Amino acid sequence: MKLTSLMLNINGEDRTVIVRPADTLLEILREKLGLTGSKPGCLNGDCGACTVMVNQRTMKSCLMLGVEGEGTEITTIEGLKGTPIQQAFVENFAFQCGYCTPGFIMNSQALIQAHPNADDEKIKEWLESNICRCTGYEEIEKAIMSVIKNPGT
Amino acid sequence: MKTIGKSVIRKEAEDKVTGKAKYTDDKYAGDLKVLHGRLLTSPYAHARIKSVNTEEAWKVRGVRAIITGEGLPLTGEEIRDRPPIAVDKVRYHGEVVALVVADDPVIAKRAVSYINVEYDLLPVVNSPTEAVQEGAPLVHENVEEYDRDEDIHPIPRSNISNQMKIRKGNMEQGWSLSEVTIESNFSFSPSDHTAMETRCAVCEIKADGYVHIETSSQAPFMVKKLISAYFDIEVGKIVVDTPLVGGGYGGKASVFQEILAYIASKAVGGRAVKVLHSREEDMITTPCHVGLDAQIKLGATRNGKLKAARIQYLFDGGAYSDKAVHLSRAGGVDCTGPYEIEHIWCDSYAVYTNHPFASPYRGFSHSEVLFAFERAMDILAQELNMDPLHLRRINAIGPGDLTPTQVRLNRSNVGNVVECIDRVKELSKWDEGKIEEINERIIRVKGAACLWKNSTIPPDSVSGAILTFNEDGSINLISGVVEIGTGTKTVLAQMLAERLKMDIDQIHVRMKVDTQTTPEHWKTVASRGTFMAGRALLEAANDVICQLKEITATVLRSRVDDLDIGDQRVFLKEDPSIGLHFKEIAHGYTYPNGNSIGGQIIGRGNYILQRMTYLDQETGRGNPGPEWSVGAQVVEVEFDRRDYTYRVVKLYTVLDVGKVLNFMAARGQVTGAASMGLAFASRETFLFDDLGRVLNPQLRTYRPIHYKEHPEYIVEFVETPHIDAPFGARGVGEQGLLGIPAALGNGLSTAANVSLNQLPLIPELIWRTKEGK
Repeated sequence: MKLTSLMLNINGEDRTVIVRPADTLLEILREKLGLTGSKPGCLNGDCGACTVMVNQRTMKSCLMLGVEGEGTEITTIEGLKGTPIQQAFVENFAFQCGYCTPGFIMNSQALIQAHPNADDEKIKEWLESNICRCTGYEEIEKAIMSVIKNPGT
Repeated sequence: MKTIGKSVIRKEAEDKVTGKAKYTDDKYAGDLKVLHGRLLTSPYAHARIKSVNTEEAWKVRGVRAIITGEGLPLTGEEIRDRPPIAVDKVRYHGEVVALVVADDPVIAKRAVSYINVEYDLLPVVNSPTEAVQEGAPLVHENVEEYDRDEDIHPIPRSNISNQMKIRKGNMEQGWSLSEVTIESNFSFSPSDHTAMETRCAVCEIKADGYVHIETSSQAPFMVKKLISAYFDIEVGKIVVDTPLVGGGYGGKASVFQEILAYIASKAVGGRAVKVLHSREEDMITTPCHVGLDAQIKLGATRNGKLKAARIQYLFDGGAYSDKAVHLSRAGGVDCTGPYEIEHIWCDSYAVYTNHPFASPYRGFSHSEVLFAFERAMDILAQELNMDPLHLRRINAIGPGDLTPTQVRLNRSNVGNVVECIDRVKELSKWDEGKIEEINERIIRVKGAACLWKNSTIPPDSVSGAILTFNEDGSINLISGVVEIGTGTKTVLAQMLAERLKMDIDQIHVRMKVDTQTTPEHWKTVASRGTFMAGRALLEAANDVICQLKEITATVLRSRVDDLDIGDQRVFLKEDPSIGLHFKEIAHGYTYPNGNSIGGQIIGRGNYILQRMTYLDQETGRGNPGPEWSVGAQVVEVEFDRRDYTYRVVKLYTVLDVGKVLNFMAARGQVTGAASMGLAFASRETFLFDDLGRVLNPQLRTYRPIHYKEHPEYIVEFVETPHIDAPFGARGVGEQGLLGIPAALGNGLSTAANVSLNQLPLIPELIWRTKEGK
């Protein structure tokens, strides 16, 4: 197995890892860096449980090679601390088993940063890429609506 | 009450929103001590294995073991019919054919691709109806020879692994009293639970022979028992750990990946091996959601009083029985909806097919049989020209009535069906009409269904709780309930806080289960967590109250009955200012001169189901479970008459939950279950080709409900207490799902003016049924 050395900036820290060129960002986060908040729900982009932010934009880390991450700023759920969206998820009971939660929160956070006043349509466009199997989505909707200040403006 | 009923935030909430919550695979990520097991699975549903050649695979560097099926014990919870790795033939698409253990998952996968298997195709059994035809191919040639539980009776040389009979009343009399009869067939194929966390297990066999298994399971205590039985290991030498579980819905109540992990570890001298299923394997290789073919005939008087029901359920248990026998039994126990029917004849069969095999699914056969039965009720209502909810109301079962298994109901062991119907009628404005014309294409329709459920878990199912005190007077709560997302452990903490009249923040809940140090909770299934673990917990709470009062009585030189408890203090009822804080007595009390009494306060409590009985082989008579929770649901749909597409707009649920313990958590259970029911009803199914292969084992082709595809949920609770239960609470984890498939089927049948008797209810099905395609 050919290995290569890689420098990744993750949650504001430079981290050096030895990886296979074919390793996905998700594999590296979990297996090499111990950042297990990103979850391997399907490994082909269907479920969104592995969602992270790359240069502040949402990205499914199972769909990106680790080597593509060099020179970018990567944020994982572990890099999010005390944000309103995390608090909103807690207060609105927006999770049950919690497995999809990091992905939903990362996607929501990226959305809030890119579109702080997103309307319903925009929110749907973003969040429909994640799957939650426990809730009926109502609580997730309430959580995100509670942090979008002026929807649609 | 101060804590019960409040929407207390779940105890593990912070961990879950910060990525710190650890699930099975997370704990072993990057762990170099762990080897990796990967599977070769069958591409066919029924085929003879001619040869398995592993020569090339062994050449891959880093391969530590390649395991095929020979020499392994048969497994299965009720019938031991399943080789953990296929021997001689494969019986379903996705079945395990070989297991490779390697240093790295990539190496293991590469080696898997070098294993060469030759198959000879065999004729496929592609539905339970096909399976019971004369001359159908046999999935198991000698089913009667398998070891099995005593009360299971497979029919030799057939695909039937068990028949469950309900015989209540006298059918001849029932039909003679019936002025109107209807008869119809209903069916759906197997589907999947698709918990977001795929199943994972890690097994290590220690030098002293102890077997350590960590697994994402709803049944760690059953893992321990079954691994012990299958591999002849002392049960005390097996230790099973279960951390947080990323969704179960019944699917993780079967023991599967743990067996593979054990076999793998054994093959490499006991080293730790992880088996993490891919999504595709998790959908078809591991157990799935049962399918059903049903026939129902109902008889009633002209004024709508049900007189007779003749029912046949053929459960599609798939290639191996696992829980299929038990599923078919549960389907028999509650074979009707929640109605008083004097004459019932039901045959409920567990049937082998060449489909992925079935595990429990949220509701344990109830949404399945209710789809058939509650559709039949609407067909009868139409025949009688009667409002379908009125028909249900006048037949609603209640105190004094006899259930299909001839349990006499009382005010405690069943909820209030009539009240649920009345409330859901009111909420959904039912009487304003079932059909509303929106425009020339769109109509808005309503469909209703009632539901009920008892559990059918073994009559000797146990639960236990341990409370230990910290020196600051806070309490550790240890229970065998697995935190699969239902929030049960937080609810247990609420019960404890209520009983001890203390701040819930001073109660520390141990989230993980470890079968060596956690008291057994049979399985985290059947909506029985709050009931059984709650009873055990309340006994443990009483135990610590006694201990706290006794030591306080000694110190204060008072009588025990003169003491009360609250805010982590034990004090004199007469003068609450005189007393001791828990922290002064939790680890023993020390007098000023150093003399000490007491010790750490440790509370214990247990529970075993009371007065349950086995069911009679010939009639089904017996007491299957502690109580029936009931409810009524209405689905409101906008239906496009031109292209048969539709949108579920509103979903009304009224459940009799006995007592709401945590409002938001309970509501979340109901809407989550309803969402799952809607997915099952409207879109989810395995698509089988003629060879029995599953064509859609991925989340893009088997597409669960996504964000914003949900209706508006209207939920209301009725509270008829179950006297035996903590605070009177009934089950709430499954019930929200149970009526949805039928309610949607009823609504769409009204909308399309045709009888829709299959699931999922996709526009194509409506079109085919409507236009006879």
